[in-house]
Amino acid sequence: MSSNAQKKLTPAQLEYQAFVKKREPKRPVLKNCLRAFLVGGIICTIGQVFQWFYMTYFDFTETSASNPTVATMIIIAVILTALGVYDHIAQFGGGGSIVPVTGFANTLASAALDHRSEGFVLGVGGNMFKIAGPVITFGVFAAFVIGLIAVVLRGLGGS
Amino acid sequence: MLQGQQSWIFANRPVILASAAVGGPFEARGALAEDFDILFDDLWLGQSSYEKAEKRLLEEACSKALNKAGKKKEDVQFFISGDLLNQVISSSFTARTLAVPYLGIFGACSCSMEGLSLAALLVDSQSAELVLAATSSHNAAVEKQFRYPSEYGSQKPPTAQWTVTGAGAVLLGREGTGLRVKAVTIGRVVDMGLSDPFNMGAAMAPAAVDTIQAHFRDLGVDHSHYDLIASGDLGRVGYEIAFELLKKNGIAMPAAKFVDCGMLIYKPEQPVIAGGSGCACSAVVTYGHLFQRMHRKELQKILVVATGALLSPLSYQQKESIPCIAHAVVIENEERA
Repeated sequence: MSSNAQKKLTPAQLEYQAFVKKREPKRPVLKNCLRAFLVGGIICTIGQVFQWFYMTYFDFTETSASNPTVATMIIIAVILTALGVYDHIAQFGGGGSIVPVTGFANTLASAALDHRSEGFVLGVGGNMFKIAGPVITFGVFAAFVIGLIAVVLRGLGGS
Repeated sequence: MLQGQQSWIFANRPVILASAAVGGPFEARGALAEDFDILFDDLWLGQSSYEKAEKRLLEEACSKALNKAGKKKEDVQFFISGDLLNQVISSSFTARTLAVPYLGIFGACSCSMEGLSLAALLVDSQSAELVLAATSSHNAAVEKQFRYPSEYGSQKPPTAQWTVTGAGAVLLGREGTGLRVKAVTIGRVVDMGLSDPFNMGAAMAPAAVDTIQAHFRDLGVDHSHYDLIASGDLGRVGYEIAFELLKKNGIAMPAAKFVDCGMLIYKPEQPVIAGGSGCACSAVVTYGHLFQRMHRKELQKILVVATGALLSPLSYQQKESIPCIAHAVVIENEERA
């Protein structure tokens, strides 16, 4: 339930909201945290396996192996989204399947799939970033601000 | 004829000549599968978009209802329909196919009983001989418009509901045998200030309670007058709240008499969280399951209270609360003298 502080609610509405609060089932936070830990951990372990694979069988260093690893995880997430599996993993895993890069791939792929029926330009192109858009927008902006701070600190005689 | 403040009593008691319930693959695996007339095993129904699939569901329900009554679309004077998609496209596009004079309505998930009420009014007032009332919803089309893409992985809270893929249609006439529409109560918009689109049941419960109370007051009856009172799509959470609210307001009824269509339609093991919702929820359960039970004489007189949450994707992003409505229709199984 959103904050009611600034909204003008009548006494009857406030009374009802208190009535509802007592009766609506709560999100099982502890259980969700444990599941998120489990699912997120499994996803990251799979990623780790791929990283070792690329380091062992190909000419990658620990740093450079992250690129093909991320690409592989993205492809797997997109395939699972297309097969209609990823949303079920997410209902179980919650934050555990949203936070890794696979969750980001799922936001793009699911929006693209849903809007394929409106064509490639207005549908897929226009809606693909519907959910991921805010993450990218504020991510880029935050990086810009941090970058500015770093430049100023260095200019002030840092390293 | 107006009775009390907001109810109509139909002296001519319009007859339900036929009804049809159509469902998708998830409904086919549900608890009421055998009460459907047509079940599709493909969520796309062979169409190129979910929106077209929903239109196809509605068209199938309409033509099935006409077939069952042995009528042609040319015999029908008016078609009344509503759905959840922007600009009620499923209804309007079906009206284009039917080519019957058309009234498009919007009452969110209360469309089923809103349409039936208006159809009964037209027939009762002798403004029409035959009226077709219908409604539809499609899980993926509705989720796409109101919430997230259907394959998007977000964890839904325990109050979330599952939009029913299906369509229901009912053909009303003046003459004939069958179930009859005896009275309706048109609901007021009730807004208790809730704004969580993942908890529609709690938002809609007061609207259902308000309409049930108004109905009892206007008609001077109580729950003992009915064999069953069915709410549209409150789900488990909303149902509990509505039941408690009724009790608090002095309308105590046995729990077995008050049911919710959203809780009946699926099996407990299906992952629908709090239950079914959407325009098709009350439509398919009433026009399929409940009407079958009435034909089998298990129920004589029922009150269906279809509930609707009148929000839009923009209104909740702008932090508006959710206005809700409920319309109640009395349906009686009356042996003709």
